[in-house]
Amino acid sequence: MSDATLTAPVGRPTKQTVMIYTRYERFWHWSQAVLIFVLAMSGFGLHGTHGLVPFGLAVKVHSFAAIALIVLWIFTTFWHFTTGQWRQYLPKLSGLPAVIRFYAWGILTGAPHPYTKTLKRKQNALQSLAYLSFMVIIGPALWSSGIVYLTYPWWAHAAIGTIGLPAVAFIHTAAAFLMVTFVMIHVYMTTTGKTPTHYVKTMITGYDTIELTAAEAAYLAEEEREKPRL
Amino acid sequence: MRGATRILARVAAALLIVVGTSAFSAAAEGEGAAHETAAAAPPTPIAGQKSGALSGGTADHSKFKALEGPFADGSEVTKACLTCHTEAGKHVMKSIHWTWDYTNPKTGQKLGKKNVINNFCTNAKGNEGMCAQCHAGYGWKDDTFDFKDETKIDCLVCHDRTATYYKLPNSHGHDACGVMFEGKEPIDFAKVAQHVGLPGRENCGGCHFNGGGGDGVKHGDLDSSLLKAPKTLDVHMSPDGANFACTQCHVSDKHMIAGSRYDMVAKDEKGLPKPGERRDVASCESCHGAKPHPKASLIGLQLDTHAERIACQTCHIPKMARGGVGTMTDWDWATAGRMIDGKGYAEENYTQGDGKERHTYWTIKGSFKWGENLTPTYKWFDGRMLYTTADAKIDDAKLPVAINSVMGSPDEKNARIWPFKEMHTNVPWDPKNKTLVFNHLWGKDDTAFWGNFDIVKSVAAGMKLENRPFSGEVGFLPTVSNWPITHMVAPKGDAVKCAECHTEKSRLAGLPGIWMPGHSTFRWLDILGYLAFAGTLAGILIHTLARIFMRKPTTGEH
Repeated sequence: MSDATLTAPVGRPTKQTVMIYTRYERFWHWSQAVLIFVLAMSGFGLHGTHGLVPFGLAVKVHSFAAIALIVLWIFTTFWHFTTGQWRQYLPKLSGLPAVIRFYAWGILTGAPHPYTKTLKRKQNALQSLAYLSFMVIIGPALWSSGIVYLTYPWWAHAAIGTIGLPAVAFIHTAAAFLMVTFVMIHVYMTTTGKTPTHYVKTMITGYDTIELTAAEAAYLAEEEREKPRL
Repeated sequence: MRGATRILARVAAALLIVVGTSAFSAAAEGEGAAHETAAAAPPTPIAGQKSGALSGGTADHSKFKALEGPFADGSEVTKACLTCHTEAGKHVMKSIHWTWDYTNPKTGQKLGKKNVINNFCTNAKGNEGMCAQCHAGYGWKDDTFDFKDETKIDCLVCHDRTATYYKLPNSHGHDACGVMFEGKEPIDFAKVAQHVGLPGRENCGGCHFNGGGGDGVKHGDLDSSLLKAPKTLDVHMSPDGANFACTQCHVSDKHMIAGSRYDMVAKDEKGLPKPGERRDVASCESCHGAKPHPKASLIGLQLDTHAERIACQTCHIPKMARGGVGTMTDWDWATAGRMIDGKGYAEENYTQGDGKERHTYWTIKGSFKWGENLTPTYKWFDGRMLYTTADAKIDDAKLPVAINSVMGSPDEKNARIWPFKEMHTNVPWDPKNKTLVFNHLWGKDDTAFWGNFDIVKSVAAGMKLENRPFSGEVGFLPTVSNWPITHMVAPKGDAVKCAECHTEKSRLAGLPGIWMPGHSTFRWLDILGYLAFAGTLAGILIHTLARIFMRKPTTGEH
């Protein structure tokens, strides 16, 4: 260990373009986005909301997309705990009113966003609460009921004369409606950045320009030097 | 001639020209074949029909001394048959083809043609002279028939492989009807006897295609189009398909034939027999297994699961009466007996798919409606049918009255959703005693309806014959009978598509205990869900507009 690690470098904070969303996070986000879109389209087709997909095809698409999403979530859960990134979802409730006030009014009057993205804290209070509810309520309700639904062939016989199937279908449908609502708000919120496409670009490239402390800047510079060249 | 009204001489003349499409006379009950003439091409049996394990054979019956003939009648042929087939008579006598009597073990009801009242020609009892043409015996015309006389068994009707054998009514009807079948080629009994074999579709079809009084009338899935069916009509029976004889599925043991409508297996969970084992059932599963859909396929897995609750027939018989032969859907006895200039007549205002015209009115029977390519009616079925017998006190508050109620509920594990043909008929009944009635249709007397056309007299005679109380009043009661659909299995590509059930206007709409994606919804959950969707969209729109119109440059997040 060198001395440099013991005392933080001193200096003014600098604005730098740094990677906020790692490659895996972006892969996860976009593949999940595609899968959720496919699941919603095929799922609401099966539900009878629209008739854009033939029923049999919708069954296939919905089932295989669901299996793909389950696999993706298994990997992502693993990723969250090994990287400690799960802590990003711990909501800081005291920050909530300010963020809500901003989206309700401040954004219209040109007020500054009350939250500043930092290298360690990617999400504002509202975001972490929203994503937390996504990750622990909507998501699990959907995939757990979905897995039970998908495995109906193995419990169909036992379900005769019970409300098993409609109960599962109820939970799955209710959660799906919540999911669609969540996604709509989520997509709309991406247009509220510096420019309407700023957040989307960030989620594609992984890079955003944020303020770094001198210590963070030095750490990142060191990291960059140490990175193996491939 | 569609739309045309044809006056067909007298009823006598109408009956005179009744000749079956097949060589058999089952059609003689009247309807379908009424306009076939005897001038049709000489009948030939359909070759190569498969009859399961019994196919082949080791004897050439034309080489048997006992069959050299000559034979005066069918009964003499039977005597000859029994000299070798020593036990066959005893076996046949136990079968329902002989007894016409059946006690259902599940319901305890006494059924069989000897007992039931249906909603076609209503009752065979009391009309045996005509109806028992389809009895596998000789000469049953009244209660004096000896059911213990083996020589009265008709072997040929099932085993003739020349397609030249036919049957006549066992008694003369009314004078007007007594001249039936005149002019038919006499049967060469020796030739027929020397050319016997395993029953083909022509044999079984002679009666079973013509149930209810003519080709296709009764069942909706059994008619003469199955003799030479294209594969699209019936994969099993088509000569281009498996070319199955009926007995390939309706296997028999000692002349006891599996698969009677009186005792059905609604859900066969045993499926394929163990290797070398034999199963005496006529279920789809006994050949195809209980899980017949493609393995290692998601849809296959789902379809196998459907089989848990849906009979194979429900998807694999997309429509009934697809072969160009109509099936009767409505019959009104109340209009029977009308005359023009004191004579009976017929109208033919239905032209069926194969071009043949069918009666829409006939003095002896009343008015009819026909249908083809019909979507079946679907019901939960556990294999039990409860019949409204002659003993039943009828509750006419709920119409139509079910002649046979399909039993089964979604809560029963052995119940599945089955397709049925519904037959709607106004039948004569006793509105005071509230019972179905036996109607004496056929006979050479002054009470038989066919000839005298006095329904009170004919019902009184029918009821007297049965020793049943009759108030002296005849009304007409709307009834429905349910005919399970199980033949006319289409190629797999023509099976009912997912979306025909998984949709708002589902084929299965209205059935209790179903939950089907695409059809079933939770109404208020849907309302809430769509409101949330619309509300969110509206919120976004308002927010966007507000941002545009009130916009000062925002700094967003840093």
